[in-house]
Amino acid sequence: MNALLIVAGKEYQDGLRNRWLLAIAVILALLAIGLAVFGAAAAGQSGFAPVATTIASLASLAVFIVPLIALMLAYDALVGEAENGTLLLLLTYPLSRDQLLLGKWLGHGAILATSTILGFGSAAVMMGLFSDTGWTGLIQPFLLLILSSILLGWCFIGIAYLVSAVVQEKSKAAGLALVIWLLFVLIFDMGLLGILVATGGQISGELFPWLLLLNPTDIFRLLNLQGLGGEQALTGLMSVASGGIFPAWGLIGAMLTWLLLPVSIALICFRRRAL
Amino acid sequence: MSVLQLENVAKNFGDLKAIQNISYSLEEGEVLGLFGHNGAGKSTSIKLILGLLSPDEGHISVFGQAPDQKEFLNKRHQIGFLQENVSFYEQLTGLEVLMFFAKLKGFGRKQCLALLERLGLSHAINRKVGTWSKGMRQRLGLAQAMLGEPKLLLLDEPTVGLDPVATQDFYQSVAELKEQGCSVILCSHVLPGVERYIDRAAIMGKGQLLALGSLGTLRKQAKLPVRLEIEGRDLLSNLPQDVKHMLENTGDSNLENHLVLGGNSQDKMKMMQTLAAMQQVTDFQWHIPNLEDLYNHFCQPVTNREVQS
Repeated sequence: MNALLIVAGKEYQDGLRNRWLLAIAVILALLAIGLAVFGAAAAGQSGFAPVATTIASLASLAVFIVPLIALMLAYDALVGEAENGTLLLLLTYPLSRDQLLLGKWLGHGAILATSTILGFGSAAVMMGLFSDTGWTGLIQPFLLLILSSILLGWCFIGIAYLVSAVVQEKSKAAGLALVIWLLFVLIFDMGLLGILVATGGQISGELFPWLLLLNPTDIFRLLNLQGLGGEQALTGLMSVASGGIFPAWGLIGAMLTWLLLPVSIALICFRRRAL
Repeated sequence: MSVLQLENVAKNFGDLKAIQNISYSLEEGEVLGLFGHNGAGKSTSIKLILGLLSPDEGHISVFGQAPDQKEFLNKRHQIGFLQENVSFYEQLTGLEVLMFFAKLKGFGRKQCLALLERLGLSHAINRKVGTWSKGMRQRLGLAQAMLGEPKLLLLDEPTVGLDPVATQDFYQSVAELKEQGCSVILCSHVLPGVERYIDRAAIMGKGQLLALGSLGTLRKQAKLPVRLEIEGRDLLSNLPQDVKHMLENTGDSNLENHLVLGGNSQDKMKMMQTLAAMQQVTDFQWHIPNLEDLYNHFCQPVTNREVQS
């Protein structure tokens, strides 16, 4: 069997054994089902919320939770092996550094993908079975949500590998991963909003939507909220990109760039890492 | 063709000269002991041989190929490596750990089970490695190093943390591998007990190769004294005149009952003859320089230089 697939298989098996997969799936499922079932309560209604509201809520939730899960899942992928002494040992086997890193990426990616499908998928199944929406209205938005969540998770797994490849201690990698999460999920948008407010909107309105592409979580939000077809869900910073300035394929392209860029840099750093 | 060849190899880390002008080779079925203090350059040598580092100067050849080249990846099937203090994956069972490494070398469950049985680990294969004793983990390390019947085995401090019985078992396994034609490099700073398992010793200090050869060769080079300790009665009175210059001052006042003769290796025959001629001898003991003595002797100049600088 290919060395890359052997590494991927072990990571997936570890994910099952450590209950990572189960834990992520349960967390996502509970939150997703909770939002689907009780989402309408905020509007003083009972029963299932409309699909658009549920997806908008789930997308906002996924922006926080998926990157965090991905970073926690993968931050010690390389530095942890180095601390255990297994990294040196592994690299004496017929296994290149590229195969090791990409194998781990595949394994961790598969864990995250399975959990996301199970977690968000269970909400879709619940809505399909018990709400009035019907299956046809559910499939496309949920498919987009699940696929884009997986893509978002994979981006952050790549970012976690970059951290793991350059840092020498596991504790530092954990700290840095947390800082990165805060940066992308909270600070970046607040910073942009702060600039917008401070300059009284003087900065070119054409520039701002493009700045959103510097953050994969914003790309994810745009992708999902635009996918709903309405502008009502675009609130806060997302509203600067209203009017469908970016086509879906453009956003997917930007997401794929975020998917490949960190892992490519991680590969370069890992190749140069001293043992 | 040698299994391994190092020619004038040097490796620096910034200003630190980790390895300087090292040359040696390893033949098929040979066990080379690589000895030195911490920081002597042993681990750097191992990493260079494994291709994990590239030499700054000189040339390394393993199975006729430079180990730091991409093409060498396929030759790694033939190499076994055991490093110091490897902790493995504690959440996996012993069998799962070994299976993972075996798959990377293209081997399966059958060989893993056979190796685990050979190393006396069969009873624990389904227990998580996190619950294993240090000795058991070290044997698991040896099992992974032995996967695929390697032609070159690199063992870095393999007996650290092992009890004496486990250490002897470990060396016995190494001896069996040697019998099968496997070449072994054994890195250690724990010297007692190693010498009967090695064919040659390489002593390193401050990144330099201070001595290389069989123990016999090193003894000749070192010219360390050979001692004969004799017990009996009226020993001093009956000691022949021509060996009295060999008498060593041990501080013992009762030389009639216990004395020590010292000389170089050429004096051994003379001492033997004296021993045979003295009927008053009740017991005797030879003290031949052992690996520890040789190690201390060859490391001495480096230590002195360090003190002077």
